[in-house]
Amino acid sequence: MQFMLLFSRQGKLRLQKWYVPLSDKERKKISRDLVQTILARKPKMCSFLEWRDLKIVYKRYASLYFCCAVEDQDNELITLEIIHRYVELLDKYFGSVCELDIIFNFEKAYFILDEFLLGGEAQETSKKNVLKAIEQADLLQEVSSFAVDRFSAH
Amino acid sequence: MPAPIRLRELIRTIRTARTQAEEREMIQKECAAIRSSFREEDNTYRCRNVAKLLYMHMLGYPAHFGQLECLKLIASQKFTDKRIGYLGAMLLLDERQDVHLLMTNCIKNDLNHSTQYVQGLALCTLGCMGSSEMCRDLAGEVEKLLKTSNSYLRKKAALCAVHVIRKVPELMEMFLPATKNLLSEKNHGVLHTSVVLLTEMCERSPDMLAHFRKLVPQLVRILKNLIMSGYSPEHDVSGISDPFLQVRILRLLRILGKSDDDSSEAMNDILAQVATNTETSKNVGNAILYETVLTIMDIKSESGLRVLAINILGRFLLNNDKNIRYVALTSLLKTVQTDHNAVQRHRSTIVDCLKDLDVSIKRRAMELSFALVNGNNIRGMMKELLYFLDSCDPEFKADCASGVFLAAEKYAPSKRWHIDTIMRVLTTAGSYVRDDSVPNLIQLITNSVEMHAYTVQRLYKALLDDISQQPLVQVASWCIGEYGDLLVSGQCEEEEPIQDEVLDVLEGLLVSNLSTPVTRGYALTAIMKLSTRFSSVNRIKKVVSIYGSSIDVELQQRAVEYNALFKKYDHMRANPNPNIAVITIHASNSTEADMTDFVFQAAVPKTFQLQLLSPSSNVVPALNQGTVTQVIRVLNPQKQQLRMRIKLTYTLKGSAVQDLAEVNNFPPQSWQ
Repeated sequence: MQFMLLFSRQGKLRLQKWYVPLSDKERKKISRDLVQTILARKPKMCSFLEWRDLKIVYKRYASLYFCCAVEDQDNELITLEIIHRYVELLDKYFGSVCELDIIFNFEKAYFILDEFLLGGEAQETSKKNVLKAIEQADLLQEVSSFAVDRFSAH
Repeated sequence: MPAPIRLRELIRTIRTARTQAEEREMIQKECAAIRSSFREEDNTYRCRNVAKLLYMHMLGYPAHFGQLECLKLIASQKFTDKRIGYLGAMLLLDERQDVHLLMTNCIKNDLNHSTQYVQGLALCTLGCMGSSEMCRDLAGEVEKLLKTSNSYLRKKAALCAVHVIRKVPELMEMFLPATKNLLSEKNHGVLHTSVVLLTEMCERSPDMLAHFRKLVPQLVRILKNLIMSGYSPEHDVSGISDPFLQVRILRLLRILGKSDDDSSEAMNDILAQVATNTETSKNVGNAILYETVLTIMDIKSESGLRVLAINILGRFLLNNDKNIRYVALTSLLKTVQTDHNAVQRHRSTIVDCLKDLDVSIKRRAMELSFALVNGNNIRGMMKELLYFLDSCDPEFKADCASGVFLAAEKYAPSKRWHIDTIMRVLTTAGSYVRDDSVPNLIQLITNSVEMHAYTVQRLYKALLDDISQQPLVQVASWCIGEYGDLLVSGQCEEEEPIQDEVLDVLEGLLVSNLSTPVTRGYALTAIMKLSTRFSSVNRIKKVVSIYGSSIDVELQQRAVEYNALFKKYDHMRANPNPNIAVITIHASNSTEADMTDFVFQAAVPKTFQLQLLSPSSNVVPALNQGTVTQVIRVLNPQKQQLRMRIKLTYTLKGSAVQDLAEVNNFPPQSWQ
């Protein structure tokens, strides 16, 4: 995966995860253009498109679009499952997630994504394990001021 | 100094802004506060301030002044700080900036931290955005973690290694020992990331590929267990056990089995099993089937397995889910060359996809349809493709038109069909035809000698209907100029136009503002050429002289040159001119069969000049049922005795015939 974008129906970016090195300016341009292209598509259309020299996979969940740019050899159908798994994780974590949760807790959305994907590939295929890791990390954050070095690796 | 406002409060405040200007003002105010807080080196609230900065950055505002602050957060001992610091680094820094190198030492320390969640943050950041230098410096640490028994870290280290290898391919070797027992892991996270790592290594190095082929049996076993095992709640997706892992294993098997008979054989059974037993009611099952099909097609599989794969794709084409139809068409396009006959069986379904509403599906169906056209199905396929050309979006028309021309050239069942097809394209999608098609089409028409009359007549009719499509107009103009004599001579069953009508049409093109300069050039040249075929020479002369002062330079130049022709070479016309002999040949054929492709050629001595006009036909009917006439004009300024070498070529009963002769007995009146 080269990048993942989450944006609203009005085109406002809610999350952007980049797995390829690009300058801020380049990222802005790509985001803007791709968002416009996807928003222009009709509801009955395919979830896949070729855009510039990228393969794009996207799906809308309520008011949010989840959009990934994948490599040529990547399986588009399983990418849809990756997107779905991420939505399920957010849903479980926030309890019936909605766009406002992502807006007000964007850093959590990133933390969850970073426990699910690494470098653009899935690092954990068990929903339970991802959520457990997040839970533990959150706990650590709460007591972080003095107990960081008391927790040992297992 | 009051505490900086909390992140969520800032978000709430910014969202109350009613205009862009109001938002910008709030942002600027907060940024100023954050900047002064940074300047004061406030450790307590740095995390909160950077988090706010990241939110404002997402809205599109500049945040570069927070870059160094992220580094300070990463270096902090507090987990909260590190979490936000690493996030900030991934969002605000990229490897183009020197600043990011300052992270290297922090990451190194954190990779060795006693808390696995801190190690995790470091691995994640390195694996997401580590530059080549950073990767070089830290590869050793990653390799160490790849060997740990802690599966939480091991899986992250594997993907981090993938990134290192992508950035610095020479480092691949050092990870080889650590891959030894990766597949023996029970943990699915480690298995999945290990397969990704192995895939990356095999794709990059033929040596690695050869080395890892021995893993095929183990991979087959793991895949088999996934399929056969009972319900596993932890990894279940709609009744399928860990589809993500299944798909990655299938992909690795594809790479290992390609061009290798033994490996392909070893995976044959499991591929057949997955292909036949996977539940197809949901997307997840189809995702696995899709990957299976790709693998079957790429390795050296038995023909039965290949047919099974193509049939799966055929079923995909009928699926209600357009995403499934899309991947089916993409895959069929990849295999249409190697498994042409198998794909042909699904031709009618593919053609139906031309009517799909989705643009991407239509495009693929079009490409695939062209790939499937052959001598047997050309008529039927062309009907569908021309219908598609009529109704498709403009973005397709150019490619479709080119495809039709190409297919027609290769497989046209008859010349007439070919010309009709070209006509259809020019009249329905004439403005989208590529510029280079025009000379190609003219060439084609020229070569279809017996179709000249038919072609020019149809093109003329098309012009009467519509002169807006430039490629059509250009080809038509050229043909009228070249075969205008056939057009007015009553060669076809339809009522033929008279010369003045034809000139009206051509002159109409010159003045119409629908015509481009190139088109006008064609029209003017055509008019000029008709001066040797029509009798209304004076009218033509007048038209040409008008354009001698045209604003269009190209047109003006042509007109001036044509005018010169009128002046200097007028004697070459069919006007009574003592130096010109006009000879009409009549060719007849007394044999039992028609002579087709009949061509008359003549050569004269150097002091003469020869002009051959178009013959009335290229077919000399059998048993003297008709003649072919052709006019020759010979310019003989030195009044020498006319001698001529002639060559006749024609096809009789399937064989080509060539006849050479000398004619020396022209009556003296013809040249004196």
